[in-house]
Amino acid sequence: MAWFSRSKENIAPDTKKKEDMPDGLWEKCPDCGEIINKKQLENNFFTCIKCDYHFRIGSEQYIKILLDKDSFKEMDRKMRSADPLEFEDTKRYKDRIDSTIKKTGLYDAVKTGTGKINSREVALGCMDFGFIGGSMGSVVGEKLARLAVKARKNKIPLIIISSSGGARMMEGALSLMQMAKTSGRLAELADAKIPYISILTDPTTGGTTASYAMLGDIIIAEPKALIGFAGPRVIKQTIGKDLPEGFQRSEFLLEHGFVDLISHRKDLKMNLSNILDILM
Amino acid sequence: MPKTVLDFEKPIIELEERLEQMKSASDGLNIDNEIKIIEEKVRTLKESVYKSLTRWQRVQLARHPDRPYTLDYIYMMTENFIELHGDRYFKDDKAIVGGLAKIEGYKVMIIGQQKGRDTKSNLYRNFGMPNPEGYRKALRLMKTAEKFNLPVICLLDTPGAFPGLEAEERGQAEAIARNLLEMSRLKVPIIVAIIGEGASGGALGIGVGDRILMLENGWYSVISPESCSSILWRSWEYKEQAAEALKLTAHDLLPLKVIDKIVPEPLGGAHKNHQEAADLLKTYILSELKELIKIKPDKLVSARVEKFAQMGAYTE
Ligand SMILES: [Zn+2]
Repeated sequence: MAWFSRSKENIAPDTKKKEDMPDGLWEKCPDCGEIINKKQLENNFFTCIKCDYHFRIGSEQYIKILLDKDSFKEMDRKMRSADPLEFEDTKRYKDRIDSTIKKTGLYDAVKTGTGKINSREVALGCMDFGFIGGSMGSVVGEKLARLAVKARKNKIPLIIISSSGGARMMEGALSLMQMAKTSGRLAELADAKIPYISILTDPTTGGTTASYAMLGDIIIAEPKALIGFAGPRVIKQTIGKDLPEGFQRSEFLLEHGFVDLISHRKDLKMNLSNILDILM
Repeated sequence: MPKTVLDFEKPIIELEERLEQMKSASDGLNIDNEIKIIEEKVRTLKESVYKSLTRWQRVQLARHPDRPYTLDYIYMMTENFIELHGDRYFKDDKAIVGGLAKIEGYKVMIIGQQKGRDTKSNLYRNFGMPNPEGYRKALRLMKTAEKFNLPVICLLDTPGAFPGLEAEERGQAEAIARNLLEMSRLKVPIIVAIIGEGASGGALGIGVGDRILMLENGWYSVISPESCSSILWRSWEYKEQAAEALKLTAHDLLPLKVIDKIVPEPLGGAHKNHQEAADLLKTYILSELKELIKIKPDKLVSARVEKFAQMGAYTE
């Protein structure tokens, strides 16, 4: 199954291939193999110049792509997990967090704040898959819940960009409760008739999908993103059959009625702007 | 009904059987003293075993095949239960049941995940793993309850939402997400009780409420110990460690404020005495119900949202 092995490659980029490329100035498209100059890739919204493959990017890049220059004001930047279960598997959760903070410069898997899209004030949350698989624990839940409150109080639209493997195991039931927490705040936002736009990127699965990611008034997906509740591996094990081509991809969700539109990353800002113009 | 005996239940059951044999053989013989000694032994053995259950042992109790399930509780706790079927869109999911009932005279809507007890009924109930239409049926019943001002009681007992191909096609994630949002603002009281297994989003999909009760031997977490083991330890063999790490028992979740109250079970677990287990749960539900029906709908809803907003542990 081509699509599945590709998604695996995305999770663990082939470092060998990177070494072949001089000075890290080049990036290879995981889909078509095209070698692209990094500057050119950035100018092309981190999508392949040949096949439109959307490279996985983080909050820093999305903020640059979507918001007016220097308009982002971050909230709760240093909020971090308190490790409520003192969780330990093969590694202590505390150590996992510390090393991930060091590695990524982020404190958890979501960045939240306010900013402007074509001069219109918005509340923006953007997840980082690079932080423990974009998993949702207490910090992600709390930051997004506060963001929804901010949007309601300031009467500004809410936009959340998801990229997540689901709820974070290392915070047990408390991670699960973040689904209810964020959904509760979104209910209040809905009652106040403030628009909420959910943007789904590769991958959005598990508890993230089964809460705020699927609750947008408008749901936009990037092309070919993996979006689902259960992971493809688990489903394959359960049904004992290979999964059909394109299963759980954006186009599949559009076909089955679970996203409003698929937007190329280069058109995201325009689409958001046009939608908000009509809703607000 | 075939009796299933867990490893740690064995010594107790063996001793109990010996006691029964002695009693029936004691005709005319004067062995009352010996019987008393064995009875005392059974009592202290039970106490020591059930006081120091590991988290994994509780998971086993929560899954005990003789444990009462949702419909058992409904029949034992309520009168005039009328089951209502279907989500009005696709079909009737047998893994979630619900309907109108009276509990001690109070009119309610009662909903829960339903497991089967043998192979045939488990296939019928899909092992208590709902599809999207199950969550949508539950939501339809909750909306009906709201319309007619009936409090909602949700009984959670599932190994998870069904991870199937059609479940994804029909929007498993959307169905659960929708329930979380709509339950957050439902204008009637919601009492949730985890009666057995509370596995992840599949359980939470009918688990947002004003009061969260949990049976003493239930488990509730973001993932099952087995799946957690397979992902974090890359092997199915670490389920005991995973159960410990996940802190998934009622006693763990009470101080974390994920649940409000622990409902005690008969000594040895709910499967030892279904009626006693149901009576205990009924008492707890009623005492919450009497409080909640006094609260005005708007206050109820905002308190419910705040309750879940408080959950989590972080530093700033
Ligand atoms: Zn390409």
